[in-house]
Amino acid sequence: MNPPAGTGLRTANAPTELPPVPPAATRQRGRRARPRLGRLGTIAIFLAPALVLFLLLVIVPILVAAYTSLFKWNGFNLPENFVGLDNFTRAIDDPVFLGDLRRGLILIALSVLVQLPVSLALAMLLNQPLRGRAVYRLVFFAPYVLSEVTTAVLFTLVFSPNRGLSTTVFGWFGAADLGGSLFADPATVLYALFFVISWKYFGFYMILYLAGRQGIPKELTEAATTDGATAWQVFRHVTLPLLGPTIRISVFLSVIGTIQLFDMVWVLTGGGPIRSSETLAVTMFQYGFRRFEVGYASAISIIMFLLSLVFALLYQRFVLRRDIEGALTTRGVQR
Amino acid sequence: MTAHLSRRSLLGLAGASAGAFLLAGCGNDESADPEGPQTINWWHIQNTEPMLPVWAAMAKEYETAHTNVKVAIQPLENEAFKTKLTTATQAGSPPDLFQSWGGGVLKQQIEAGLVKDITDDVKPWIGSLLPVSVEPYTVDGKIYGVPFDVGMVGFWYNKELFTRAGITAPPATWSELLTTVGKIKSAGITPIALAGKEKWPAHFYWSYLVMRIGALDALKKAGTDHNFDTPDFIAAGARLKELVALSPFQKDFLAAEYGSPDGQAATMGNGGAAMELMGQWAPAVQASSSTSKKGLGDKLGFFPFPSVDGGKGTSSEVFGGGNGFAVGKDAPPATLDFLKTLLEVANQRKSATTGAVLPTVKDAADAIADANNKVVASTLAAATGFQLYLDQAYPPAVGQQVNDSIAELVAGSKTPEQIVKDITTVAKSQ
Repeated sequence: MNPPAGTGLRTANAPTELPPVPPAATRQRGRRARPRLGRLGTIAIFLAPALVLFLLLVIVPILVAAYTSLFKWNGFNLPENFVGLDNFTRAIDDPVFLGDLRRGLILIALSVLVQLPVSLALAMLLNQPLRGRAVYRLVFFAPYVLSEVTTAVLFTLVFSPNRGLSTTVFGWFGAADLGGSLFADPATVLYALFFVISWKYFGFYMILYLAGRQGIPKELTEAATTDGATAWQVFRHVTLPLLGPTIRISVFLSVIGTIQLFDMVWVLTGGGPIRSSETLAVTMFQYGFRRFEVGYASAISIIMFLLSLVFALLYQRFVLRRDIEGALTTRGVQR
Repeated sequence: MTAHLSRRSLLGLAGASAGAFLLAGCGNDESADPEGPQTINWWHIQNTEPMLPVWAAMAKEYETAHTNVKVAIQPLENEAFKTKLTTATQAGSPPDLFQSWGGGVLKQQIEAGLVKDITDDVKPWIGSLLPVSVEPYTVDGKIYGVPFDVGMVGFWYNKELFTRAGITAPPATWSELLTTVGKIKSAGITPIALAGKEKWPAHFYWSYLVMRIGALDALKKAGTDHNFDTPDFIAAGARLKELVALSPFQKDFLAAEYGSPDGQAATMGNGGAAMELMGQWAPAVQASSSTSKKGLGDKLGFFPFPSVDGGKGTSSEVFGGGNGFAVGKDAPPATLDFLKTLLEVANQRKSATTGAVLPTVKDAADAIADANNKVVASTLAAATGFQLYLDQAYPPAVGQQVNDSIAELVAGSKTPEQIVKDITTVAKSQ
């Protein structure tokens, strides 16, 4: 069909064709002297810069990585040795990759079962009227301000063999030998690493929980107390459920963060000794920039991406649904 | 092998078409006229004192003498250099003159058609260099790079601690070394400093043992037939296990770095261990990371890696490596002349006097000031064979696997038989 002859006219008349606007907007209409662009046009103009950047910096690299993951490629010139999904099947057979998954799960379990509860407990404690509360909050939050690399270097010194601070501290308990060994022993290194990660991030979760706690109306806890609830009952039946959204978000951040863990491990242990603290991201770096197996490294990065994506989608769909309406997986915003 | 061939011809095609494209695109290409104006893009990693100003001065001098040539220097940090070079080579446009260590990476760059074959250009003067130093840059009889620095790995030892343990002469055989380690241990001294967090220092032991047991041929053969699962390689692992069984290393060595305040070099430099197996840079790093900032000074001695009873290799075969420059495929003609200038005796002397470079030009050896460096240089000059560090000689994936596997052997999680299988698997996949 040919476009109607009056197309140009239609555009000019577009405003009259807009659906009736609510009264609040009608008052402003008269002030618009110049002809307006269509609604979509405006959106396009304002969205374009962000969209272009997002495409170039996020979407394109993901597509490039997905493409190169199909090649056996050492990173020189263009990839040309097409191997299909070989890099992915290789990962499934690779003890290093499987070890990364296992270590990742251990770290996730530790984070969710140890780190977050401790942060929550601390947040509840610091929510009490306490002398010098602000100072405590600041002190506990301070590690989060440090960069990951700084933290890692700091703890390299603390746990350094023989002369580190840890040797002195463990010495007080008659276990000076243990100090430097935590990071040198394949059996303990992962837990030592978890300790450092927790040290850095518990302050962040603490602040998150504090903010969530602050959002709970005082009347509710007061009412519960008036009804004769003990402090524990108030926490269990009022505070905890109302902190639900915050806790669910914190678990989400923690899991995604653990899947991508890199800087800290790289500087602290380099993944060692003998890979016992290696994570997916470290393995990816090793293969990409040390072994020049860029194709395989791309495959690992794609797997990491998919793990994060699938987790994020499922988590949003089934856990966060009530918390964030209108998220990626829930259609039809009700408001 | 067919896959390899087809890959090569494909690369050749890609290289040829890229070349044709470039020729067509840049009609005014500088390569046509050696006297015309041209710019040499030079990337090196001597980004700190003492070599940074030395290179800069040499480039200035060259520019003054050749007004048509500009040298654009990019001094980069080691890791930054590798990343940046990777990006540049992916785009198919390497710099004109750039840092290289020869070996496996250079070979991959050659296969990708990024590096110039400079055999004919350097023929007139390459003879003035130590022959062993040029080996890592020679692939299939053709020269693709020129070294300005070369060194070797050997045992650095603390004479005072040796005397205290009642040892009169440095060990000459592996079994003597084991006895020496035992004596030092019973004197209450840590025999050997090792950086276990970084894997390359441990790979020196295994590589040298392979050289002493199976001679250089064993390593060369493994490089071509990709098989490390041979009696010689297994025997090297078994010998290394004998040493590890004595627990000769400092406490918690698995978490120790090389150059950190508690690392291998510092342990040596502070007199905390009697020996370390390390390259020619060891005295300098010992000094800079020791608490006194002076290191061991006169107390430091050097002895070559001992021979192994019944082994095919001789102790005059050395293991080491150095720094050099490769020439990019599109480099302007003056690049080779400039490279030649950098390696003139006078300029090599200048580099050598900084103490950071062990010269490759034979006539510049007299500029080496440090006594220990002199020992290294004379041992190198008398060497009957040379092996580049395994993690550089082989393709990067194989080299890294060697390092990883030796770390597993030293930590006791894998046996000598298992590690040669792991390395072979990776080597065959390349």
